[in-house]
Amino acid sequence: MTDNYTQFANRGLGKKVTKKLGLPQPAILRRYQPGQALITGPILVQGSTAGADALAASLLSWDLDVRRHAVPREKLGAIVLVLDELDRPEDLEGPVLAAASSLRDLSPSARVITLSRPAANSADPSQAAARQGVDGFLRSLAQELRSGATGNGILLADGVTATSPSALAAVRFFLSGRSAYVDGQFLTVTSPDGTLPADIGQPLAGKVAVVTGAARGIGAAIARTLHRDGATLVLVDIPAAGDHLAAVANEVHGTALQLDISREDAGQRIIDHAVQRHGHLDIVVHNAGITRDKLLANMDHARWSSVINVNIAAQLRINEALLASEHFRTSPRIVSVASTSGIAGNRGQTNYAASKGGVMGMVRASAPLLAENGGTINAVAPGFIETDMTARIPVALREAGRRLNSLRQGGQPTDVAEAIAFLASDAAGGINGVVLRVCGQNVVGA
Amino acid sequence: MSVEGQSASGPQESSPQVAHATVPTPRRAVVVGGNRIPFARSGGAYTKSSNQDMLTAALDGLIARFGLQDERIGEVAAGAVLKHSRDFNLTREAVLGSALSAETPAYDVQQACATGLETVLGLANKIKLRQIDSAIAGGVDSASDAPIAVSEGLRQVLLDLNRAKTLPQRLQVISRLRPRDLAPDAPNTGEPRTGLSMGEHQALTTAQWGITRDAQDQLAFASHRNLAAAYDAGFFDDLLTPYRGLTRDSNLRADTTLEKLATLKPVFGRNLGAEATMTAGNSTPLTDGASTVLLAAEEWADAHDLPKLAAVVDGEAAAVDFVHGKDGLLMAPAFAVPRLLARNGLSLADFDFYEIHEAFAGTVLSTLAAWEDEEFGRTRLGLDGAFGSIDRAKLNVNGSSLAAGHPFAATGGRIVASLAKMLHAKGAVEGRPARGLISICAAGGQGVVAILEAL
Repeated sequence: MTDNYTQFANRGLGKKVTKKLGLPQPAILRRYQPGQALITGPILVQGSTAGADALAASLLSWDLDVRRHAVPREKLGAIVLVLDELDRPEDLEGPVLAAASSLRDLSPSARVITLSRPAANSADPSQAAARQGVDGFLRSLAQELRSGATGNGILLADGVTATSPSALAAVRFFLSGRSAYVDGQFLTVTSPDGTLPADIGQPLAGKVAVVTGAARGIGAAIARTLHRDGATLVLVDIPAAGDHLAAVANEVHGTALQLDISREDAGQRIIDHAVQRHGHLDIVVHNAGITRDKLLANMDHARWSSVINVNIAAQLRINEALLASEHFRTSPRIVSVASTSGIAGNRGQTNYAASKGGVMGMVRASAPLLAENGGTINAVAPGFIETDMTARIPVALREAGRRLNSLRQGGQPTDVAEAIAFLASDAAGGINGVVLRVCGQNVVGA
Repeated sequence: MSVEGQSASGPQESSPQVAHATVPTPRRAVVVGGNRIPFARSGGAYTKSSNQDMLTAALDGLIARFGLQDERIGEVAAGAVLKHSRDFNLTREAVLGSALSAETPAYDVQQACATGLETVLGLANKIKLRQIDSAIAGGVDSASDAPIAVSEGLRQVLLDLNRAKTLPQRLQVISRLRPRDLAPDAPNTGEPRTGLSMGEHQALTTAQWGITRDAQDQLAFASHRNLAAAYDAGFFDDLLTPYRGLTRDSNLRADTTLEKLATLKPVFGRNLGAEATMTAGNSTPLTDGASTVLLAAEEWADAHDLPKLAAVVDGEAAAVDFVHGKDGLLMAPAFAVPRLLARNGLSLADFDFYEIHEAFAGTVLSTLAAWEDEEFGRTRLGLDGAFGSIDRAKLNVNGSSLAAGHPFAATGGRIVASLAKMLHAKGAVEGRPARGLISICAAGGQGVVAILEAL
C-alpha cells in the first residue's frame, strides 16, 4: 500500500503543511486497473516527421483524443515528442519548446514520451550529438514533472518506425497506468517484430508462464498480474515456502511447483511440469533471488556463493535447458529481475550487485539466441519497492530510499510486475536484450 | 482445469453399458499424487491448529499442486480419530474452506489408525465402479487440540438441568453434583474393553514374539535415517507443503544413533516379568498432522493432464479377538495380508516395497515374526507352513511412523502417496509393474492392508 507519508501529503492539512515546509510531495500514482481508459485527456503529438504523422494516426485509431497543436489552457493527458529524424543538435529546439508551453497544462499522472533514435547507431558526429541530446533532455524533464507525471523515451533502432508493433506497444505501456513507477527511462525497440494482441485486456491469453520466487512479494505480484493478463501460471519457489506458494497458486488458479532453482535439474523439471500440466511453455520470469548482505571485508564463501548461485548461475542453467528444449521455440519470452544495485552499486551488496550485474550481461548476450526462434529476453531493474524485504531496512535509510527519486515514493510490487507482463507480451516481440528500470527515476544509477 | 473436464465427472456419463440389473465393468483407480503437511509432535507447532485447519491446509496444498481450483471432485472422504462433536461434518467443512468447488460432496470416515487407508480403498472402489471419476482421500488428527469431555456425572446433570422447568427443580438437579464430577474426561489410547493402553497391549505381543530391544532400536534407527535421507534427496518436495513454520516432520531426529536409542528407559511392559523393551524411541509419539491423496479414473487424469503414479489394486481388512488374548491388539494385518495375497495370487516375496506402519517397532517385528513362524502359518493362517519373509532392504525405505510421527488418521494418506511415488519412479521390475504392499494396524484389534502397482 501507499506509505503513510504519501497518504498524509495527499490529505487536506498534510498537503498544506508539506507544501509550506518544502517537504517532498509524493502523488498518488495512476495505476492500471482492468477496464481503465488508457489515458484521460487529449494527447499532444509534437513533431513534423512522417513518423509523427503516422503515430498520430495510430493513436487516433485507438479512439484517443489527439492534438497536433496545443489548445491554450486545455488539460492534457500526455505529450508525445516524435524526434525520429534529428540530424543536428539545433533540431531539438522546435519540438521541445513547443512542448514546453504545454507543460503547465499536464494533468496529474500525465505522460511525456519521446521517440528518437539510439545515438550509438550513428557514425555522424552531429547526428549522434542530437540523438544523445535527447537522453539528457528527457531525464532532466522527467525530474521537473510533478503530480505523478512521468517522462520516458523510446529509442527506435534502425529499421524500426514510430508505428512498428513494439514501438506502438511501448507508447501504450508508457501512456497507461502500467508504467506508473517507470520514470526517466529509455526503452529500445530493437526490431520491427511483435504482434499487437487480439484482446487488449488479455494480452497474455493462451500463454503458459513460469514465475520463480512466486510465493511472496514481487513474485506473487508478477503471478497476479500475468494471471490478470490471461496467462496460465506455473509458480515455483523453494519447498520451504510451499505454504505461501500454494496460497498464491490457488488465488491465481495456477499450479505450484516446489523446487529449489539452484538444483542441477531445475530447468528440466520446470519444462516437464509446464508441458505435462499445461501442454506448452511460453514465458519464464526469473524472479527468485536472495540477499546475503555484508561488507566485502566481512564476506565469506557461504554468503557470496549462495547469492551468485541462486541469482545468476541458476538462471544461466535454466536458460540453457530452455534453449535446448523443443517445447520453448514458439516466440519464447524470458524476463529476468535485475536490480538498480547491479547498475549503481550498493554498499554491503557486492555479492548481490555482482549477481544482478550478471543478469544484465546474461540478458544482452542471450538476446541473439532467443531471437533465433522469434523470442526475446529482457530484464527489469527495480529500484526501491515496498516489500517485506525493504520493510526490514532501518527507518531512516528506508525513508531516504523511498524519497530519493523523482516520484518521491517507493514503488509497489505490481509496478515491477506490470513492466514484466509488458515485456512478456507478443506486442513486445521487437524489444530484445534490454534492461528497463522501474525505479521512479532513482537518483542512483544511470 | 477445463470446464469440459468438470462436466465429464459424474456418474451419469461414466458407464454407457449399464443396464438394468447388470454390474458395470470395473475400471482402474489410480493415485495421481498426494499432499500432506509436516507432522508435528503434539504440543508443538500445531498446538493451536484444529483438525479442520490442518485438513484444509493439506487440501489447499493438494489443490495448488494439481491445479484443482474450483474443480468439482467426485467425492472427498477423510476423517479423524480424536474428533470434537462439533466436527460432525469435518471433511465437508474443510472442503468448503478450501479452494475446491463448493459443489464437491464430502463425508467422514473413522476406522482408528486405518482411517486414511480405508478412505483410499473406499473411494478407489467407487472409481472402479464408475460411480465417481475423481476423489480425494485423507485424514487428520490432533493430539494437541483433542476434545475434552465432561465427566458422565456432570453430563447427566447438565442434560437434566436443561430439561428442568422450575427453580426448585433446577436446584434439586444441581444438588446432585459431586466434586469428582468436575474432573474432565480426556481422550486416551486405552482400549475400552481391556483398560490397557495400546503400548501395554503391544508390550504383551512384543514379549510373546520374543522381539529384542536391539531389534526394535535398529528399526527405529533405520526409520529416522531413511526419512532424513528422503528429505535430503528432495523426495518430499512434491508430497508435502509446509505449515505453520514447519518444513519437516518435527519428530525426525536426523542425528540419532543406536547408542542414543539404547539409553532410553522402557515405558511400556514394565510389569510383565520379562525384560521391558519398548521405549519412547521405538514407539510413535502423539502427533498432529493431516494428509490427502488425489485418486482418479485414468480418463479423468488424462483429461486433466495429470500424472498417474500407481493403481490401487486391492485391499483387505481383518480384525482379531484381542479381548480374550487370542491375538495381539495390533496383529490383524498378519491375517489380512495372507488373505489379500491369496486373492491376488501373490506371495509375500512378490513385492518391491513394503510399507508396514510403525505404530511401534515391536508391531512391525511381531508381524514379520508371525509370518516367518511355521506354527503360526499352520495353526492360525491355515497354511502348510510359514507364510513367508520379506527382504528387509525393501521395508519402509523412505522412513515410516517412528520417524515421521503418527497423526492417527493421517498415516494412511502419507503412506499411499509416498508409495505411489516410489512405485512410479521404480517403473517395471522383471517385466512386470513394480508392486507395493501397505499394512496398517488399528485400535480395536483391526488392520487394513492394500496393494498398489506402478503405472
